[in-house]
Amino acid sequence: MGTTKKSIIMILVLIMAFAPLALFAGGRSEAADAERHAFIFKNTGNPYGEKQMEGFAEGIREQGFEEILRAPDQPTAEAQIQIIEQLMAQRVKSISITGNDFDALQPALTRAMDQGITVLSADSAVNPASRQVHVNQADSEMIGRTLIQAAYDMADGAGEIAILSATSQASNQNLWIEWMQKELAENPSKYADLELVRIAYGDDLRDKSVSETEGLLQSFPDLKVIIAPTTVGIAAAGRVITDRGLIGEVHVTGLGLPSEMAEYIENGACPYMFLWNPIDVGYLTAYAATALMNGDITGAAGDTFSAGRLGNFEVVPAGDGGTEILLGAPFKFEPSNIDEWKDVY
Amino acid sequence: MAKRNIVLTENLRELGLLIFMVVIAVAIQLRNPAFLRLSNLNSLLTNTAILGILAVGMMLVLVTRGIDLSIGSTIAFSGMVTALTVAGNPGLPPIAAIALGTLVGMAVGMVIGVLVARFDVLPIIATLGMMNVVRGLTYVVSGGRWVSSYQMSNSFKGIATGRTLGINNLIVIAIAVYLVAAWFINHTRTGRQIYAVGSNPEAAGISGIPRRRLIFLVYSIMGGLAGLAGVLWVAKFASAQGDTAVAYELQVIAACILGGVSITGGVGRLTGLLLGTIMFGILANALPLINVSPFWQMAIQGVVVLAAVLTNVMVRRNSERNALRRRAI
Repeated sequence: MGTTKKSIIMILVLIMAFAPLALFAGGRSEAADAERHAFIFKNTGNPYGEKQMEGFAEGIREQGFEEILRAPDQPTAEAQIQIIEQLMAQRVKSISITGNDFDALQPALTRAMDQGITVLSADSAVNPASRQVHVNQADSEMIGRTLIQAAYDMADGAGEIAILSATSQASNQNLWIEWMQKELAENPSKYADLELVRIAYGDDLRDKSVSETEGLLQSFPDLKVIIAPTTVGIAAAGRVITDRGLIGEVHVTGLGLPSEMAEYIENGACPYMFLWNPIDVGYLTAYAATALMNGDITGAAGDTFSAGRLGNFEVVPAGDGGTEILLGAPFKFEPSNIDEWKDVY
Repeated sequence: MAKRNIVLTENLRELGLLIFMVVIAVAIQLRNPAFLRLSNLNSLLTNTAILGILAVGMMLVLVTRGIDLSIGSTIAFSGMVTALTVAGNPGLPPIAAIALGTLVGMAVGMVIGVLVARFDVLPIIATLGMMNVVRGLTYVVSGGRWVSSYQMSNSFKGIATGRTLGINNLIVIAIAVYLVAAWFINHTRTGRQIYAVGSNPEAAGISGIPRRRLIFLVYSIMGGLAGLAGVLWVAKFASAQGDTAVAYELQVIAACILGGVSITGGVGRLTGLLLGTIMFGILANALPLINVSPFWQMAIQGVVVLAAVLTNVMVRRNSERNALRRRAI
């Protein structure tokens, strides 16, 4: 084998190695004159994120603009910073981002704002200094309190409950868990017999979430309810409960995708669970981005704007010191409606 | 004499690992008495079966001085192709689904085999390239969507949840893989030749062993096992997603190293591999049970691997020194 042939093969292999990156991360070549609005999701290949981007694209196109949808391979802040820098070079009008980290994106996003780009976060917030406004699916407080009330209902008011979260760093989940704990602490008489025994972290990985669920079941044989406020976690918990024939003894609830949870809602492992409509989150973000850019709103509490088919929204103070726009109450998925939603997302 | 020495060293090393495992198991049991309960041991083995199957293939690759970084992607790809097929044809018999996934994985392995064996591409580069190619293909065939539980037939999910003779199917399949591998490695000419290629490629070449053909073979076997693991993974978790098993190859390689497989080739035994895999299974199963902070879990895993490798080095050095001493007399 000659060295030239060898090096040609080498080059081919390297091209192969990086081809998918170009394919999936590469921006399309857009006409330079159209106003472009960018949306950055946490990572590629997440159906929930796909739906959010779909909604964003719909909202942007409806207003006659062009959308750029980007997501890194891995859910890290570093990867998102690279994308932000590329978008700044492309001179987009606005950047909407689902943050992989609350604080780490601040330098990059502040630079973008200094350049005159409108910056807002959607779904998973970045800190108030790095954004003009945050578009939230539903009030974090409402989610946290609703999930504890659901657990109370499923446990018939008494027993051990546990939480199965994503990573211990996930800002969304941590905020919801904080509100769950507050709901428990603020109503001591109502929840006197309900005991939160552990918060486990499945890291949004199937195998780890299954191991953590099994660990919960082994450590707490009297466990009544598992609350999993994360897509992979709740499906993994539903799977374990189904496999082990514990339907009816241990209940699963939380936040999950209807498609992933359809089987477990139908078989009773999960009596009901919640989620908002990710398409609407993306759609609302699109209108918030253009309203900010046009100066219709500044991101201050009390500003109001109209978001196409969703109607009017108001900017309200957020729990983290900044401001946010709330989509609405979380939607309840239960045996009676899961059938019509499982094919949607 | 030398051969007996090596066997002795390996026995000693594996005994060391076994003692280490017992110590850890006792420590865990003291913190949470649920650990050694039968139901927990059953889920421990069930959760470790896929890792064990992959470790067999990886050992063969490592023995030839190679490495395969693409198997996480192959698992996702074969799992996704199988899940999509099952979703489209609910009547597909489970055995056909297993065959399909294994063939898809084997095809990926054969491409790597050609790159490494025919074109002399370094295994780390060839498999790094294929890792991205195959992961990309997974997103292409799925369109970024997941295949969920309700789209899969019960018979398909039964591959992972069903029982044969009272034992979970995953464990049964893993045992079958180990038995076949034991026969292949110890009792076939090809199996022995794989080790010859790994311990001394030049000598193997001179003595007429078809080195390239064997290297092609080990990557094909690895691919086939990764494909099989993909089907089992999807059936077990009842969901196929594009980012399934990202970086899982690192865990498999770590399990091999823990089991005494040498990354420089030529050395690796199934008994050690079994211990290494189960050690990993114990860690994954027990860390949630002993309620350590999630921040510590990764660090603990790393420390255990390092400690095992260190013991490995020390036992080996010790017995080499003893051998030298005997020769001097």
